Amino acid sequence: MARATPRPLMGITALVYLFLHVPALVLVAFSFNRSRFSVEWTGFTLEWYRRLAERGDILRALRASLIVGLSSTVISTVLGTLIALALARRRFHGRRLYEGALYLPIVTPEIVVGISLLVLFAAVGVPLGLATITIAHVAFSISFVVVVVLARLRGMDRSLEEAAMSLGADEWSAFRRVTLPQIWPAVVAGGLLAFTLSFDDFVITFFVSGVGSTTLPLLVYAMVRRSIEPTVNAVSTLILLVTTVTIFLTDRLGRARRGRTA
Amino acid sequence: MIRRPLLRRLARRPGALAALQLAPGTGWLLLFFLVPILIMLAYSVMPRGEYGGVTAGLTLEHYRRFFDPLYLRVVGRTFALAGACTVLSIVMGYPVAYVIARSRRWKHVLLFLVVLPFWTSFLVRTYAMIFLLRDGGLINTWLLHLGLIHRPLTMLYTPGAVLTGLVYGFLPFVILPVYASLARLDPALLEAAESLGARPWAAFRRVTLPLSLPGLIAGSLLVFIPALGSFLTPDLLGGARQLMLGNLIENQFTTARNWPFGAAASFILMAAVLVALLVYLRTQDRAPGEEPG
Repeated sequence: MARATPRPLMGITALVYLFLHVPALVLVAFSFNRSRFSVEWTGFTLEWYRRLAERGDILRALRASLIVGLSSTVISTVLGTLIALALARRRFHGRRLYEGALYLPIVTPEIVVGISLLVLFAAVGVPLGLATITIAHVAFSISFVVVVVLARLRGMDRSLEEAAMSLGADEWSAFRRVTLPQIWPAVVAGGLLAFTLSFDDFVITFFVSGVGSTTLPLLVYAMVRRSIEPTVNAVSTLILLVTTVTIFLTDRLGRARRGRTA
Repeated sequence: MIRRPLLRRLARRPGALAALQLAPGTGWLLLFFLVPILIMLAYSVMPRGEYGGVTAGLTLEHYRRFFDPLYLRVVGRTFALAGACTVLSIVMGYPVAYVIARSRRWKHVLLFLVVLPFWTSFLVRTYAMIFLLRDGGLINTWLLHLGLIHRPLTMLYTPGAVLTGLVYGFLPFVILPVYASLARLDPALLEAAESLGARPWAAFRRVTLPLSLPGLIAGSLLVFIPALGSFLTPDLLGGARQLMLGNLIENQFTTARNWPFGAAASFILMAAVLVALLVYLRTQDRAPGEEPG
């Protein structure tokens, strides 16, 4: 496109980027503010982070979030990758319908997913806790993993697999030595997304958690409800840091992937 | 090792292997996604139990109850807020997608900065809005300092706050698909329009805009669908009066303890979402550039 981008459009774009990013950045900045009650800048401090480390409830919530995040990531990545492999490599009846149905967990409102799981657990009499949260997180992450891994499998050159098989490799060794190394970045990317989804989730977790299974987002919600104080900014900053790093890594994997196929 | 020979044997029967790959994940989704929703569907047509829950029987009273003006207002408010959020997101997001599609050096950074908020904690981002908008918040403090106002403006717990929070949350959903359709646009078409004498605005209106319409429709629905189902934004930014369907549902399962009515509300929400989804799928089946009917 030869013509320069019109200036007013650049202006609007700049404003939209500010709107998308300034609120969170302000939050981060004020987590280092000395003043406890006002939003006036009175000096730099790490006091609120030091207090975080002293609070047992925050450390317990972080632990709960990590346990749920890691276990749901491992389970949903394995299950999702298996589904993606079947969808990409096998022919079976109703494959298109199945693929479409996989989007249902993504588009169903979180509130409906959370409450229906609560109803199920109540009906069966399962006590709510870290296990029920993990079950719920796997249920909403699987589809995302499938989408990411399937895209990679579809964009992959199959001739390598076929070459391996015609050279005498059976399906299992062809998978392990040819397919898996090629889809590995997508599997890791899918896993990182699953972890982010789990680590950030509030709405669904809210309904399937019990006494003593408070994750970090649940604790932040309770803190926001009670009072606005700088420690909330400090926890929020840590959450933002974890997700930003995870997404940055996912993005890098995506770029490496594209670079190799190009 | 028992696994490899077993897999080898199964590999000779591709159907069995497909079933083996699909079974665990599918089972999980059936048990913890589909079955719960079916239980809710059943609850929505059963009479209300005495202490929460339901009793045996069949009734449509919970769906009928929705025609009470009180609840119709909630439905109306939900659609109005989701619709306004969609329109604002298009107005703000289209120029951004256009600029990204035309940029070269900064394209990746600009895209990453759109994707990032899409994945970062929605709760934390909503809290950031509270931090800015509340009476003792940053905006009011600055305006007071500058002497532009003499007492804090009430911004939090208003429909405007909910709308701002929704746009803040869902805007990236419209930018990405519009960008995708603009990036596919063949520059030769614009050059042709120009060499045939079209002014930039005419070229945009008659070439660029129609060709980006599939992305625009997709993006609108990707904003509209989650906005319809929002719960956290109105809960934190709206206060008690800015109730949306999501809050009504939550309320029925917690304080009001009317599970079947909450289940019926969930299915009214689901129906709205599915209609929007079908519209989306229809538009995605069309070839890009085709006039939508």
